[in-house]
Amino acid sequence: MRKADFFLACIALGFSLLALMFVHSALARREAASNLRAKAKMVAKMGLTDLCLFTEARYTRHPVMADLNTPFQDYPMSIEHYPSGALLPVPRHLTGKGGY
Amino acid sequence: MIELIDTRKVFNVGKPNEFTAVHDVSLCIPSSRVTVLKGPSGSGKTTLLSLVGCMARPTSGRIMLSSVRLHSPLWEFSGGEVSSLPERFLTEIRRHTFGFIFQQYHLIRGLSALENVMLPAYPRGEPYGILKRRAMALLDQFGIGGKAASRMEWLSGGEAQRLAIARALINDPQAIIADEPTAHLDSRLSEELMAILLGLRDQGKTVIIASHDPIVCDSQRVDGVVELRDGRVVSTT
Amino acid sequence: MPGFQKQKYLIDFTLSALLRRKGKNTALVLVYALVVFVLASVLFFTQALRREAALVLAGAPEIVVQRLTAGRHDLIPESYADAIRNIRGVSDVSPRLWGYYYDPVFGANFTLLVPQEFPYGRGNIVIGQGVAEVSRSSIDNILPFWTHEGRLTSFKIAEIFSSDSQLISADLILISEPDFRSLFGLAEGVATNLVLTVKNAKERPIVAAKIKKLLPDTRPIIRDEILRTYDSLFNWRSGILLVVLAGAGLAFIIFAWDKATGLSAEERREIGILKAIGWETSDVILMKFWEGGIISLTSFLSGVLLAYVHVFFTSSFLFEPVLKGWAVIYPEFKLVPFVDAFHIATLFFLTVVPYTLATIVPAWRAAIVDPDAVLRT
Repeated sequence: MRKADFFLACIALGFSLLALMFVHSALARREAASNLRAKAKMVAKMGLTDLCLFTEARYTRHPVMADLNTPFQDYPMSIEHYPSGALLPVPRHLTGKGGY
Repeated sequence: MIELIDTRKVFNVGKPNEFTAVHDVSLCIPSSRVTVLKGPSGSGKTTLLSLVGCMARPTSGRIMLSSVRLHSPLWEFSGGEVSSLPERFLTEIRRHTFGFIFQQYHLIRGLSALENVMLPAYPRGEPYGILKRRAMALLDQFGIGGKAASRMEWLSGGEAQRLAIARALINDPQAIIADEPTAHLDSRLSEELMAILLGLRDQGKTVIIASHDPIVCDSQRVDGVVELRDGRVVSTT
Repeated sequence: MPGFQKQKYLIDFTLSALLRRKGKNTALVLVYALVVFVLASVLFFTQALRREAALVLAGAPEIVVQRLTAGRHDLIPESYADAIRNIRGVSDVSPRLWGYYYDPVFGANFTLLVPQEFPYGRGNIVIGQGVAEVSRSSIDNILPFWTHEGRLTSFKIAEIFSSDSQLISADLILISEPDFRSLFGLAEGVATNLVLTVKNAKERPIVAAKIKKLLPDTRPIIRDEILRTYDSLFNWRSGILLVVLAGAGLAFIIFAWDKATGLSAEERREIGILKAIGWETSDVILMKFWEGGIISLTSFLSGVLLAYVHVFFTSSFLFEPVLKGWAVIYPEFKLVPFVDAFHIATLFFLTVVPYTLATIVPAWRAAIVDPDAVLRT
């Protein structure tokens, strides 16, 4: 097969797949519409303000609700951001190991 | 017929290293003949060759191509002065009228023999099948049809030389221009080359060779020898 | 069609020329495709999340009022609700209870929430899929909790949210109000925050300003701000700028590497030969255009297509470690493929066009040499 024909066929295939990607996207969106509506309803019913994307800390779980001080530690098992964490370990009562 | 009238070529105009390679040369190169430009290196034969072959434009003077007819969708050329044409037209005339054989062949590495032969015809955009058939016919004509798919680096010296000639002929030019074609060949291959070039003349092609090799210059079968020295024509036979 | 035939011949030549340095050019395409892949993945992911957030959170409360004490989020007295209710435009105010619970056994953080109507009554809870997975529990199982006094108590799982809603409910536990208050030791008369209904969108900022004036220790949050926060959180210019910059940096490196070794003496010589055997300057530049085009188009197409598969078919598994962070409960990012043609076009113009242009420019200078240069060397 001639090189140029092979290349043009590959590019044509690539662009067809790209077009197919948009078709798939449109179909999947239509399919997901009812699910999205149901989720929006749930949000309205429970009065939620945030998506559950990152659950490790308050300011990541509820970015909208966080106050300015929340980044100073929430999740007891989170790894320290600061060098002082090496000197001041997480209080044992917070991790439940020997506290209760 | 190619005619040069008071042609002068100056390099590096206006700079300290300005030098004149061709001094007011007037010359007639007849069609369907083998003409040799003879002279030591630095005599201006290569420069003259590039002027004749529409590769470069003269600083002053005129170059006339009679008996060249060219039709393209955009313009028409029916013989006459070429030295004042813009680059695009000059390239087109060159592509149709001249086939070049270089001293070091200047084949493109990494490409197959077939691709190398087809290369000068690429910008013309003719149908692939036709061009390929013509290229194969040329390779067969020079006995290297079996090497069509081989990379150019894998060819022997003689094969590479014949490949270079085949490439010069792909656009079916009226004239073949060869610059020191025997410089890197032994006597046997040089004789073989001359035989091929003389054969092309017999088919009606104009052949112009720049050389100082006795095998070329002193051959009884060449039609004319133009001797050059310091950019001037010394003698014409 | 000689024009099309000519392009095909030029592609033939370019491919043959590229195949001479098979290893180097394959590596170039791979790295280039990787850069496009990372950029496109980030783009697809953030775009899908933003659209999903905008659609889903359109039902969020119109205004949420928090109380701040010493700069920290504090409990709000329910009496504040009465003061707010009198502001014009406010059609409803209701106190809301929610909070976090750290479970030392599973090492996970849960979000506990008291819904407006909880149908199952005391002693029951509704949990999200993530909670069910981390605690390996199913309906009618019992989930233990430590109360604020250190006593162990337990609730029966009455319902588990469907997996489809993970993006909002993975770590959620719904609980009745009395259970919530006794679990955390919350006194009657206080709530986590207040939720307001303000029908007229134009009035919301005015209402918020009035609340701030009336109750200076509060912080009203309008729904538009919520949506804006999410928009900027996943804005591909700001949100994951780091990733984009890393990609751009990588792109720059391969670019510099390729260009530095770009137009070698050999290539220069070849351009001279092509011109001597009858190629025009424009043919040489067109050939170089194809060289850049072949590499960048191949990389672009494979990068974008792989990114689509990565984000929407494999739930961005390569991003998982970053997104997960230290979280124990991690929602499955089964995103709806919101793909924007404009973004694809932007990506195309940011990757294919500059590379192709950059390939042409150095060739330009080599291509304008006189065709007789070959004879003179």
